[in-house]
This record gives sequence, C-alpha cells and structure tokens, in this order.
Amino acid sequence: MTNLETAENGTTRRRRRDRINVPTVTLAHGGGGKAMRDLIDDVFVSAFDNPSLAPLEDQARFYLADLAGHGDRLAFTTDSYVVSPLFFPGGDIGKLAVCGTINDLAVGGAVPLYLSCGAIIEEGVEVDTLRKIARSMADAANDAGVQIVTGDTKVVDRGACDKLFLNTTGVGVIRTGIDLAASNVESGDVFLVNGVLGDHGAAILNARGDMALSTPIESDCAALHDLIHSLLDACSSVRFVRDATRGGLATVLNEVAEASEVGIQIQEDKTPIRDEVKGFCEILGLDPLYLANEGKLVCAVAEEDADKALAAMNAHKHGRGSVAIGRAVAERPGRVVMETVFGGRRIVDMLVGEQLPRIC
Amino acid sequence: MKYVDEFRDPEKAKFLLREIDKIVAAIASERDRPISIMEVCGGHTHSIFKYGIETILPDAIELIHGPGCPVCVLPMGRVDDCVALAEMPNMIFTTFGDAMRVPGSRKSLMQARAEGADVRMVYSPLDALELARQNPEKEVVFFGLGFETTMPSTALTILQGEADGISNFSLFCNHITIIPTIKAILDSPDLQLDGFLGPGHVSMVIGTDPYRFISEHYKRPLVVAGFEPLDVLHSVWMVLKQIAEGRAEIENQYNRIVPDDGNNVALESVSKVFQLREFFEWRGLGSIDHSGVRVRDAYAAYDAEKKFSVPAIKIADPKSCQCGEVLKGVIKPWDCKVFGRACKPETPLGALMVSSEGACAAYYQYGDIEKIHETTDAA
Repeated sequence: MTNLETAENGTTRRRRRDRINVPTVTLAHGGGGKAMRDLIDDVFVSAFDNPSLAPLEDQARFYLADLAGHGDRLAFTTDSYVVSPLFFPGGDIGKLAVCGTINDLAVGGAVPLYLSCGAIIEEGVEVDTLRKIARSMADAANDAGVQIVTGDTKVVDRGACDKLFLNTTGVGVIRTGIDLAASNVESGDVFLVNGVLGDHGAAILNARGDMALSTPIESDCAALHDLIHSLLDACSSVRFVRDATRGGLATVLNEVAEASEVGIQIQEDKTPIRDEVKGFCEILGLDPLYLANEGKLVCAVAEEDADKALAAMNAHKHGRGSVAIGRAVAERPGRVVMETVFGGRRIVDMLVGEQLPRIC
Repeated sequence: MKYVDEFRDPEKAKFLLREIDKIVAAIASERDRPISIMEVCGGHTHSIFKYGIETILPDAIELIHGPGCPVCVLPMGRVDDCVALAEMPNMIFTTFGDAMRVPGSRKSLMQARAEGADVRMVYSPLDALELARQNPEKEVVFFGLGFETTMPSTALTILQGEADGISNFSLFCNHITIIPTIKAILDSPDLQLDGFLGPGHVSMVIGTDPYRFISEHYKRPLVVAGFEPLDVLHSVWMVLKQIAEGRAEIENQYNRIVPDDGNNVALESVSKVFQLREFFEWRGLGSIDHSGVRVRDAYAAYDAEKKFSVPAIKIADPKSCQCGEVLKGVIKPWDCKVFGRACKPETPLGALMVSSEGACAAYYQYGDIEKIHETTDAA
C-alpha cells in the first residue's frame, strides 16, 4: 500500500522521484524494493500528484467532519477492470476504472470523493503504456473532482494476467434525504435513459479487430455523478438510478422488475440505439439491449415528473439525447416486455451466460 | 440501417396482416385444426420471436419451428469428438462462437477451454486457415458446421489451403444438408403440416429447384423467405394464398437475394470438396440418410476425422428430451416435460434449448408469455 495522503497543513513532504529508465516492467518491479518504489513513483504518484499528496502511510485518512458536509451516509464500492484491449476508441482501462467506480457511487445518490487504485501488472508491459493509463486515470479523476488517495501495485509472471488489471474502490457520501433503490418502482412510473445504448460494448468488440470493420463507434465511457445530481435536484420522485454496464439495459430492467415486483413495458421504437451499433449487432447476431454501456444510466420517476426529469437530463452534457423508453405496470410482475416496432410483443429476459467477455 | 428498415416498416406490416386476416377468415371456417406452417430455418425462428410475429398473427395460424438450427441438431457424440480433438496436444481448435456452449456428454467446448484446451472463436473458416499459417508448429482444426449456407466457405477454405500448401489445417466436418431432412419430416406419420417457409440463406446457394418434390410429391406449398419481419409476413401470406387457391407450388419471396438456380460457383466448390455421407445422426431426429457431407478422399489430408483419431461414439439423446416431437411440430416446447425445469438455456438438456435459434430457447427467452407463465407457475 502506498498512501497518497493529504497532509494536515497542506504542505507536502516529497521524496526524490527517479524516472525509471527501462522500457518494460519486470518481476523486479514487484519485489517490494527500490525498483518497485521507482515504478510507483514514476507511473502512479507522478500522475496522481496534487498539492495534498504525500506517500507516507499505509492508508489514506479523512476527517469525518469533512465527509459529513456532503450528506449523512457513506457509500462504499469496488470494481475490477480487465478490459481487452487496454486502449479503445473513446477511452482506456484507466478512464474506465475511474468513471466506472464513480458511477457505482453516484447511482446511489452519493457525491464521489475518494478512490483507490490497485494495479496487477503482467511482466513485460511497457512502462510508457502504464504512464499513459495512469495519466488518463488522473485526468478522469480531476475532471470528476475526485482524488485517488491510496493504491497498490503487484507484478505477476507473464501469462498470469493479461497486461494490466485494475481495481478501484470508491468512497462517497450520500446526500441527506436521498433514498434510491431498485425496489422503489411503482406501477405507472416512467423509465428514462440518458442517450443511445450499446456504444461501449460495440466499441470494444470493434477495437478487438476481429471483425475488421472500420465502423467509427466510440465508447460512451463517462462519469455520470454530475448528471445524476442535476436530476436529483430537479426531480424529487426519482425512484432508482442504475448504470447499464455489463448486461446492458435488459439486465437493469429485469433486476428492477424483480426487486420492485412490477412488470416493465418498453417500446422498441423509443429505445435509442445508434444506426452503426444496430448494424454492428445485425452482422454479429447480438442484441443491443444486452450490450454494455459505460456512460448510460437508467432511472425511473413518477409519471407526472417525467417531463421535468427529462428536461434536467437533456440540459446536461452527458444527458443530451435523454428519452422515456417505457413504464412500470401492474401486470406480469417481474417480467420485462418489449413492444416491437411491429406491434408484436416479446419478453426481454436476463442474459444467459456471457454475450461478450472482458468488456470492462 | 439502410436497406433494412424498409423491411421493418410497421405500416406495411399492418397492411399485410389485414390481407392475412382476410385469407384466414375465408379458409379457417372449413378446417377443424389450425393452419400449420413450418419455418425450416433457425434464422426465421429467431426473427419470428425477436419481432413477436406470433403475437400478431391470427390464432388460426400455427407456426412450427423446424430443424434448421445446425447448432441445435448436432448430436452429443459429435460434441464429444470436438472436445477430444480440442484436448489433443499441440492443437488449436477453432469454432463459430455459438457452438461453444453445446453440451457434450462430459463437457462443452467452453468447459474444455476453461480446463486448458486451446479453443478459439472465429468468424470465418478463413480465419482458422490464417491461424494455421501463423502457427506452423501447431495443428489447427476448424469445426465446420451448418447447412448449405456455410458449406461453400468451408470448401473454398480447403481449396485455398491446398493451393497455398498449408498442411497443418484440417476440417472436422459436420455440415448437413436440408433437403433429406425436410423429406424425413414429411415422411413422419404423426405430422400435420400445411406449408413451409423455405430457408433463405440455404436457397441462395442451392436455388429453389431442389424443393420441387415438396410441391409435386407431397402437395405442400413452400415459399423461400427472407429474414426481415416483413419478409416473414409476406411469405406467410403467400403460403396462405396458395392454400386458399388450392395450389401447392415452390415460390420465391426472397428473390432479391435468391436466384432460382442458386449459385453455381458455390455449388461447384461444394461438390468438388464434399460428398454425401450414407447417413448422419441428428440430435432429436435420429439418423437421416444422406443428410450430411464428408470431405472427399482427394482432400483427405484436410479431413480431421482421417488425420486424427476421434472417438466417434454415438451418445443417445437424454431420455427426458422430446426435441424430436417439437421439431416435427407434434408438441409445443412447453408441452415437453423438462422445458423450463431441468432444461433451461443456462443448462440445456435438449438440442433446442442450446442456441437462440432453437425453438425451445426462443420460447423460453422471448416467448409466448401466457404459455410460459402457465408452465413456470406450475413448476
């Protein structure tokens, strides 16, 4: 553990940082000695650097009073990132690791504050690759107003992991009076999404190059906390918010239908999917409703608040393209039914097994 | 989505549905059972469920979901052979992704991969040939699967491999052919079919002539159909019109893709590389004469069954499965004793629960809501 802690008086005690001059990571960098410290300093500490950063202790420390200013409950979450390839149109594993964990905090109504960064590195990875990814994490964290305050690095034998796996754990504070849960949805509530679905899954699959398509699909990877707080400010009847990551929209809706014991009816012609993604799915036989997103949320609000909520979402840069896709009904609790463009109906079930491995 | 949306136009669908209603109203009163139309191809089954087409057709029409999902009809013994090949040392075993989960008697290819076998998903047999080129010290086997639709690409890959002198590539051939299978279904004594939607992609290769026996000998109409929802509705209407007019003909709804005499270049490559087997075993249907192909002796060096020793043990279908009856339309998926209970998409027992093109998996996933509820509620 290397602690990147806020010094009490705002001053920072720095140790001398050597830039390592070998091109690739070796097992020596995981040995716990000077080589490891140099790697951590060069790659992570220098990227996450800020005036309050001082790698001294084995843990980050925060004043409870500072936390309490944001709300009345802590939110705490963790996620691991194993995406392949490490870099893809619209992002990279570092941006994903920061935004993904921020979103897991934010969908609970939390203000995200601190992140950890655990890195498992395969020997042979280029140090420049790590520098780029750490820089991307720092940029994403800065943009989102969160700090990466503690971390850990391990180097493993070639083949024991694939280049780089990241874990980020996040701490946030939930605003007083906010209680979002998948079990809160009532019959009549309206479901909203903040834009086109499936971009991340399609972008990753395309970036793997298996298909050799030149389709310009970018991942939608983005931190959604600011959008969510705009929504919560504008609308008091938000029942739940979820980010539609692995398993896509279909999985979130099924979880909500089960937890709230309502039926959910969505309309195919109202569900926004980019033409390129539709075409991509058509070729590969995939269903875009199950494709992963990394910057898309699903929420439900009371029917009378739907317009207000949509207006607030559409006013935000990550919410342009927000639409209502369907509603909760009393019939067939636990089931998600889609009305097709044809006027036919079909069940949208939970995904069986994996549609695509290692997308996040 | 140019070129596709026009085949999904809801207004045109409404028009077709009104026309279908008119014909059904005219002929249904003279009948004591529903009008049964079988879609032979799994691609149609998938479209029918994806767009909820069954839910908008009149009740008097019953769609029977036929045997046209090559993954579904693959017998367990052949999957065991795949696993045995994949687990050989120095082997890269390549397959289309949807065959990964098909259960063998011991394990699926996906489990074999988890246990260390080098199993790789490819999108085309040419990708497998490329892997062989890149890994000259390894053996690369391609799991060839599918009807006449995929046969030409496999045949051309073998011809390409031969031309390039690649000796570490071979084919585990499980290609099957649709005509003997339709005939076997028509010969089944418990069958009550009024017409067929013919497979669009297969017909793109073989044309429409090979279906003549269906109209001439069995007096049933067949309409070669495209895969978009409007194609399916249009083809259903064409079958109904034939029934109403007392005709039994082979018609081609999918003529924007399917030439009546097929694709001669593709057919030539197929007959150059493959020959009919005496018989081939189908999951759910049993052994059907001349329903599979194997690699000709001239290309034996590319035949994995000759190059390696595969167990080739026949494994009986699980006793509880009624896939055969479902395939022939004798029972509906939810009438099967294990449907939705022991047999689910995540743990398939029967062939039809394996792939999303299988009738049972389609019903389970997208299916007829009331029926599934009755079944799962009773469970």
